[in-house]
Amino acid sequence: MKIHEYQARQIFRNYGIPVPEDKLCYTIAEVEQAAKELNRMVVVKAQVLVGGRGKAGGVKLAKTVTDAVAAGQKILGMDIKGYTVEKVLVADAVEIHKEFYVGLTIDRNTKSVLFMASAEGGVEIEEVAKTNPEAIHKIPIDPTLGMTDFIARKIAFKLFTDMAQVKQAADIFKKMYQIFIETDASIVEINPLATSDGGKIYALDGKMNFDDNALFRQAEIAAMNEPDEDEKKELKAKESGLSYIRLDGNIGCMVNGAGLAMATMDVVKHFGGSPANFLDIGGSSSPQKVVDAMNLLMSDKNVKVIMINIFGGITRCDDVAKGLVIALEQLKTDIPIVIRLSGTNAEEGLRIIADQNLPIVGSLSEAAQEAIKMVKNLAS
Amino acid sequence: MSILINKDTKVLVQGITGRDGSFHTGKMVAYGTNIVAGVSPGKAGQEVHNVPVFNTVENAVKATGATVSVIFIPAPLAADAILEAAEGGIKLVVCISEGVPTLDMIKATAYLKKKGVQLIGANCPGLITPGESMIGILPGNIFKKGNVGLMSRSGTLTYLMVSLLTDNNIGQSTCVGIGGDPVAGLYYQELLEMFENDPDTEAIVLIGEIGGDAEERAAQYIKEHVTKPVVAFIAGQTAPPGKRMGHAGAIISSGSGTAEEKIAAFEAVGVPVARLPVEIPNLVKAALEKRLTKSK
Repeated sequence: MKIHEYQARQIFRNYGIPVPEDKLCYTIAEVEQAAKELNRMVVVKAQVLVGGRGKAGGVKLAKTVTDAVAAGQKILGMDIKGYTVEKVLVADAVEIHKEFYVGLTIDRNTKSVLFMASAEGGVEIEEVAKTNPEAIHKIPIDPTLGMTDFIARKIAFKLFTDMAQVKQAADIFKKMYQIFIETDASIVEINPLATSDGGKIYALDGKMNFDDNALFRQAEIAAMNEPDEDEKKELKAKESGLSYIRLDGNIGCMVNGAGLAMATMDVVKHFGGSPANFLDIGGSSSPQKVVDAMNLLMSDKNVKVIMINIFGGITRCDDVAKGLVIALEQLKTDIPIVIRLSGTNAEEGLRIIADQNLPIVGSLSEAAQEAIKMVKNLAS
Repeated sequence: MSILINKDTKVLVQGITGRDGSFHTGKMVAYGTNIVAGVSPGKAGQEVHNVPVFNTVENAVKATGATVSVIFIPAPLAADAILEAAEGGIKLVVCISEGVPTLDMIKATAYLKKKGVQLIGANCPGLITPGESMIGILPGNIFKKGNVGLMSRSGTLTYLMVSLLTDNNIGQSTCVGIGGDPVAGLYYQELLEMFENDPDTEAIVLIGEIGGDAEERAAQYIKEHVTKPVVAFIAGQTAPPGKRMGHAGAIISSGSGTAEEKIAAFEAVGVPVARLPVEIPNLVKAALEKRLTKSK
């Protein structure tokens, strides 16, 4: 789960990390009011859950209230990588002397939380990682120790020489780690972390992602979720035990297992088709799950053909077949369906759907080719 | 021979009285797996599929000499079950549970490392040495004894690959589902080393997917340490960036972790990569033939 910058800044503040004052605004009138109240140079920042806002023109400095209003007018309603900007943050634009990057993430290789720090802040850190990887310090944090004073100091000394700043930075790093652990985060990032007038260090931006598997014990974090339309659909699917991601093709895919679902999409693409979605109905299927899955696929108006690929392990093909029969009865759809069933109870499953006159194919490649043929037939 | 488990391996089931635990215990017993004990707090003295149940792992290990534990415990409690297994004297823990918080896994893997205990999973289908022992939720009937070792991040994709191999009369030495989570136990490198040292494994199939750089690291390891032929498949060749494809680990983030990068890494070290699952059996056959002619 992702949250907006304004939400991350609030979490940082709650833990005592210095963040410049800001106000969240939904309208131009609110932007004007916020700029007046702050009464100094401000930065107007689009609040969307996608990176590269600055490059897209979603972040603007404003010296006067008039400038801030103009910036707000440009940014509110703007489209950034498919996301419409519905709110902006008007923040105190503190004087910046130098910018740094600091971030915490999960490191799969060391199986630990990894602290990353770089003096090359403010820019896209992915670029730095590609062009100048040595400029990023990477420090895996031993989970049995956590972020102790000396580790935080060690990292701070890599970025700062002034002892007062080392102390400030080390304190921020410890708090970032504390936030990471206490909120079950998967990313906590400050870019830029900046030195300002009087040597004071501020977090000027904030990015946080969270571990979906831990949301059950993070009620406050879960409540911060602001899903967009596609994500709402994905969340609803999740409640039915389905893992769904909408794509822009026309072949609706229903598969059991994430790896097989990805491979199914790959095979469809390989033969020249275009999958409408990723849909994993998971293990231990019940007929109801299949009904829910069919409903979900049909709710996407782009879906022209449905392709079902089941390899029964825990999932039983007879359960899938039963669900499919119920779904077809309820939905009375004209959308053509091609189906492949194998593994646990496949024969029984095939017997159950024998009366449905569905094309049944033996292999994944055949299923994909058949589905693509059906799409073509519909078009002609 | 095989890796990790064989017909003599004594297995304990944590969560044996639960719905999934009891169902899959039945399947494992039917396959011939040597299930010696179950653990379920407060249920000591009961039996599930004629397997005696204990209150703690420690008691079960003392009474039966179990060395491997398989975990069917709800995700919020699964990491604690892993710790209990390691503390109780188990040598290999197989965690089937799906949805374990990542920070819990970081703690658990650190403790297991200190104890010298191996882990497979979480969020994995388990492992099998065909004809000898199946630990987890794998459909035993699709496997066939043979000389190809297999490792995979995905469960059902493993079943598809294995059935393609078996249909083509290619048997398997051991198949391991390593799981789809970002932080997991045994991974490609450790398993490649085991298969390389296993006299009964002649070729290795590696099934990867998008996300992370484990496949790239595996390619480097193969180049430096593996003499047996390896063939690969990467799921998610058409997955869009930024979308998590079901598995917690399967996400392309900021342009890295893509299938193209992984395929290129393997091909650069001479590991052929199937573009379609159906190509795997022929790649394996070719690899086995090449190895056979080389050894003559």
